[in-house]
Amino acid sequence: MTTAPQPTTAVSNPPVQPMDLNLLPSDVIRASATYDLPEPSRQLEKVAKLIDISKCIGCKACQSACVEWNDTHPEVGENVGSYENPHDLTAEMFTLMRFEEWVNPDTSDLEWLIRKDGCMHCEDPGCLKACPAPGAIVQYSNGIVDFVHENCIGCGYCVTGCPFDIPRISKVDHKSYKCTLCSDRVAVGQGPACAKACPTQAIVFGTKADMIEHAHTRIEDLNARGYDNAGIYDPAGVGGTHVIYVLPHAEKPSIYSGLPDDPRISPLVEGWKGVTKTAGMAVMGIAAAGALLAGFFTRGSRVDDHDEQEAERLVEDDLGGPDKGTGAG
Amino acid sequence: MTNSWTDIKNTDLVIVMGGNAAEAHPCGFKWVTEAKAHRGAKLIVVDPRYTRTAAVSDYYAPIRPGSDIAFLMGVIRWCIENDKVQWEYVTNYTNASFLVKDEFGWSDGLFTGYDEEKRDYDKKSWDYKIGEDGFAEVDMTLQDPRCVWNLLKAHVDVYTPEFVENICGTPRDKFLAICEMIGECSAPDKVMTSMYALGWTQHSKGAQNIRGMAMLQLILGNIGMRGGGMNALRGHSNIQGLTDLGLMSNLIPGYLNIPTEKEPDWETYMSTRAFKPLRPNQTSYWQNYPKFMVSFMKAMWGDAATAENDWAYDYLPKLDVPTYDVLRMFDLMHHGRINLYFCQGFNPLLSFPDRAKLTRALSNLKLLVVMDPLETETAHFWENHGVYNDVDPAEIQTEVLELPTTCFAEDEGALVNSGRWLQWHWAGGTPPGEAKHDTWIMAGIQRRVRALYEAEGGVLPDPILNLTWDYADPFEPTPEELAKEMNGRALRTVPDPANEGAVLVEAGQQVKNFTQLQADGSTACGCWLYSGCWNEDGNNMARRDNTDPDETGAYLNWAWSWPVNRRILYNRASADMQGKPWAEDRPLIWWTGEKWEGYDVPDIGVTSKPGEVMPFIMNAEGTSRLFTRAMMRDGPFPTHMEPFESPLANVFNARMRGNPVSRMFEDDAQNLGSSDQFPFVATSYRLTEHFHYWTKHNPVNAALQPEFFVEISQELAAERGIVNGSRVRVWGKRGEVWAKALVTRRLQPMTCDGKTIHVVGIPLHWGFMGAAKKGWGPNSLTPYVGDANVETPEFKAFLVNIEPAAEEPVA
Amino acid sequence: MVKYSERGDHIESTEPVTVSRYRGITRINHWVTAASLIVLALSGLAFFTPALYFLTALFGGGQVTRWLHPIVGVILFFSFLLLFLQMWRLNLPRPEDKTWVANIGELIKDNEEKLPELGKYNAGQKFVFWAMTVLILVLIVSGIMIWEQFFPDLVTIPTRRVAMLVHSLAAVGIILVFIVHVFAAFWTRGTIRAMTRGSVTGGWAWKHHRKWLREVAGRRTQGPAE
Repeated sequence: MTTAPQPTTAVSNPPVQPMDLNLLPSDVIRASATYDLPEPSRQLEKVAKLIDISKCIGCKACQSACVEWNDTHPEVGENVGSYENPHDLTAEMFTLMRFEEWVNPDTSDLEWLIRKDGCMHCEDPGCLKACPAPGAIVQYSNGIVDFVHENCIGCGYCVTGCPFDIPRISKVDHKSYKCTLCSDRVAVGQGPACAKACPTQAIVFGTKADMIEHAHTRIEDLNARGYDNAGIYDPAGVGGTHVIYVLPHAEKPSIYSGLPDDPRISPLVEGWKGVTKTAGMAVMGIAAAGALLAGFFTRGSRVDDHDEQEAERLVEDDLGGPDKGTGAG
Repeated sequence: MTNSWTDIKNTDLVIVMGGNAAEAHPCGFKWVTEAKAHRGAKLIVVDPRYTRTAAVSDYYAPIRPGSDIAFLMGVIRWCIENDKVQWEYVTNYTNASFLVKDEFGWSDGLFTGYDEEKRDYDKKSWDYKIGEDGFAEVDMTLQDPRCVWNLLKAHVDVYTPEFVENICGTPRDKFLAICEMIGECSAPDKVMTSMYALGWTQHSKGAQNIRGMAMLQLILGNIGMRGGGMNALRGHSNIQGLTDLGLMSNLIPGYLNIPTEKEPDWETYMSTRAFKPLRPNQTSYWQNYPKFMVSFMKAMWGDAATAENDWAYDYLPKLDVPTYDVLRMFDLMHHGRINLYFCQGFNPLLSFPDRAKLTRALSNLKLLVVMDPLETETAHFWENHGVYNDVDPAEIQTEVLELPTTCFAEDEGALVNSGRWLQWHWAGGTPPGEAKHDTWIMAGIQRRVRALYEAEGGVLPDPILNLTWDYADPFEPTPEELAKEMNGRALRTVPDPANEGAVLVEAGQQVKNFTQLQADGSTACGCWLYSGCWNEDGNNMARRDNTDPDETGAYLNWAWSWPVNRRILYNRASADMQGKPWAEDRPLIWWTGEKWEGYDVPDIGVTSKPGEVMPFIMNAEGTSRLFTRAMMRDGPFPTHMEPFESPLANVFNARMRGNPVSRMFEDDAQNLGSSDQFPFVATSYRLTEHFHYWTKHNPVNAALQPEFFVEISQELAAERGIVNGSRVRVWGKRGEVWAKALVTRRLQPMTCDGKTIHVVGIPLHWGFMGAAKKGWGPNSLTPYVGDANVETPEFKAFLVNIEPAAEEPVA
Repeated sequence: MVKYSERGDHIESTEPVTVSRYRGITRINHWVTAASLIVLALSGLAFFTPALYFLTALFGGGQVTRWLHPIVGVILFFSFLLLFLQMWRLNLPRPEDKTWVANIGELIKDNEEKLPELGKYNAGQKFVFWAMTVLILVLIVSGIMIWEQFFPDLVTIPTRRVAMLVHSLAAVGIILVFIVHVFAAFWTRGTIRAMTRGSVTGGWAWKHHRKWLREVAGRRTQGPAE
């Protein structure tokens, strides 16, 4: 068997022969709650999934491919006056087409903004930072952020850590789920299932460099069609992402069903996982140590016989008459 | 499609009107995104709703359902007025110069010859002046007032931008902006493609909608061009194959006709076919009709079909009516005139209009046999499902047999796509349970029926007893055997007429293609159009070579396309009168001085000289037709007609309801609603999450679009006090449904003839079987009327009313 | 009329003097709270820092720890609530607390004679009591906000982030208070038996909570203690 290739092109016919995995535990460059990660021996090519909003027709083929590949079972819900079904990401639905009817204030024309929502695979992943379970969230050197379910404890800290509101905790096995960027497919030289299913190639996958280059050709086309603010969404606040968008109106990402304008790991999360953790441990450690030392080396407050006698006298006095102490207060 | 899916990448402008390609044909739509991304092509969408296609369009304009002809005639008028005409093409490649009989005319919305009693036209005047030489008269200067061009100019004169705005509800500025964009494609080297689907066909004048765009494309010189054409996006996988193979009551494979009662013998039958050319030197390919027909008869009855018995012509049924289309069949069933109905891969209870009538019709049957991979609503029409199917099983005496069949992924065979490609596929799984291939079931029935005829005789057992049935296993013909039979073979050695002493095809060999078919009984061919699909080269449909020299999008070695692997029909018209391609950057075929060559199989005799033999070889004129003579029942030009249920009267003739010659039965005429009771225009459509009534059985699709809903504008919601996501009742003259309301900006009220028009969008897909939530489809409400020419029901424009409803409907 | 003691506090014996300080129910209550707090601290610390994640092994792994922690939190909350209801009155601040705090140095020098006489609780104990009360309230409220299993959609994610930070800060705080509490209990010899046997020696009461002792002793004349 040959080893699967690193992804090189946006649109490639994937190999069909059996392949050795090319995404190994040794390619993990960061793991949640883990200090002693061995230095990886190699650097994989950075990958990215590009979602071109201007080519997306909202057909949900990506959603159904995601369900099929990951063998999830989203429930048959109801219609609540929207094309968004299910109505949110769930532990059984890792990606979701979000639909927004937006009237362009410049032209007064309606635009139907359709965005595939899902994990952005941040270079600086808030979920990984927040996760308390060692090795439950890992980042590979190609940029994929993956959840390792046997290590997940279902605490939901990743939900708090994520700037994009992506992870969902299963009610069944109490583990956190999100898009894996099909790490299991990428490992054998294939692209993500959603990209494969996308009929208009609005979703393409390849090296991040190729994707950025491809995005620029798309932006040129959009500029030519009057979208002067077309641009790439690859937010610097989280160190860039490995899922990137081409947005016709890149100056206001939030019109696309609340895509964060300037996502970053919340300072609260940084504070919680940073200074609170360090300072808290220090303070608690010092306090505990101090208490122990003081306990060992100071005499403590001891009651002596005199005190006992005083007490006896007091009690005897009281037997003779009304309490005289109570008046003191 | 005149062109292919892959060819759409070559276009400069895509107009999606009468369809919603992104939604209903997402995989094919990729070629639009290719054209946009790599050619800078623009996309126009004209639709009552702002659709998913509109979401990726460059320009969108709304239109009132059922007013497309007015829009299209308006564009033609604008092009003529603004000289946006490909003149060389129009003059030479269309019948613009042909002179029409003086008696022909149009007034009050009607063409000459209308008979109100018969609801039909006497079409005698709708024809050319024929000269003494037997050819049609022409005026190549287009000056003669009776030439087609001048008649067309006069015909479209009324369709001003103001008229269009008033009838279609399309704002004038938007209409004109679209005209400008379309007009650019009249340049010889610029092309527009039209992608349409059931949004045009499902009207009582559906064929005329399509005619309208075809005429526009001819005026722009876009037919036969790479990136041009009239591209019908078929509604089902393999529905193209269905029509090609003649699964219509009036057709036999390859668009040959079933004889009618008025054609009792072969001679009479042939006298109205095999057209002689109407202009000198023209090909008029239908002259080969006898070859195709005789070969078909030989394929059917082999040795029993002889020259002496007129190729067993008597075996063929003779139609007493023009067609036994589904509307007629169910109407007959409704009147108790049908006992047994075989329903194969079809769910008429939900697919056909006026479900209440369908239920009554099915209840009149003695036996209903349903062959389907799924448990369809039709098979369960007798079962009570509360309000979703409120019937009393005790009152229905119909016996229903369900024969489970395989689905496409469990079969081997060819599927024909919209682009006429026959793509062979292999079984991907084994059928579950007792599911059997359709051929296994059909062959079993044939064998048993034949045995009965053999044992018991009958009035005329010969067509059954003599039917060719030389399959290795008579109880299960293989796809290979059937495909080879369609391709055709030589029954005896056929000499080469062009080369004395040489042999064209040896006895027993597969013919190369239909050019080798003979009218003398020496060849057999099940479907002449498919001839070439499995010849001595093997199974050409299974070819998977995706090389594409110069990236023209032709992919000649991928699968096989009818006819003769041609990818773009009328491709001769892509070159000028000298045989030089109109578009230098997109050549298709060209004249080398001796012959035609290029990227596609030339749609003309390879040595037919340019300037002499005109490009439209199937037509007796040699040209295309802006004026269709008597070939369509409702007029040689499209004329604006209102839907049968419309909020407006016909502006040309207030007395005229719908299409005056459309498919209409007496009872149903009484069952039409009016706008005072039902003030809103409803239209039906598909959603991309589902395929018809199939995918609601799949939990994944059901999760992606779980529940029946209707779409209305914010204005209509406010007017009726309807809240987004709440339950509403929608009712019309023929029924009622309950649905969730989806209130959207994508529907906007329109103003037509001074009236505010609200549109209610009603998607199909839901029923009472499957994994999705139980619901209804639009066909509980749609009228039982059909197109004048092809009987397609009017699903796309009808009247309803709407109101807020209590949470759960009660039976 | 009680000011410095619970009604149930009484002199158990006179020679030597022992004073009942906590009823059995209170002691059980205290130890349930204490045990909960220890479980919560250990399990919480496991989530607080990877260095202590190994503590999850005490409870049978991360999933169990994640499940257990908030449930024990609820137990602690109610258990402490009972304690609170019993103790809050005597933990209200008194004027002498101020003097006591101002002269806290004398306590460390073991010169308690120089400090004012006190009721059942000194200011330090009161601080622990009120700190616990406030922190437990903060912890239960913020804890429910981040209780993924049962309240995943109770608050928005931004609020949840605040809750998360507050919860961890409060947890650090309560652990510090806990340390103070335990330390003080050890350092002040003779204290722990109040929560084990329920009584203290007369000398202990005399030395640390003289007003309390006086009141309890005075009550003996009015009949059997209840």
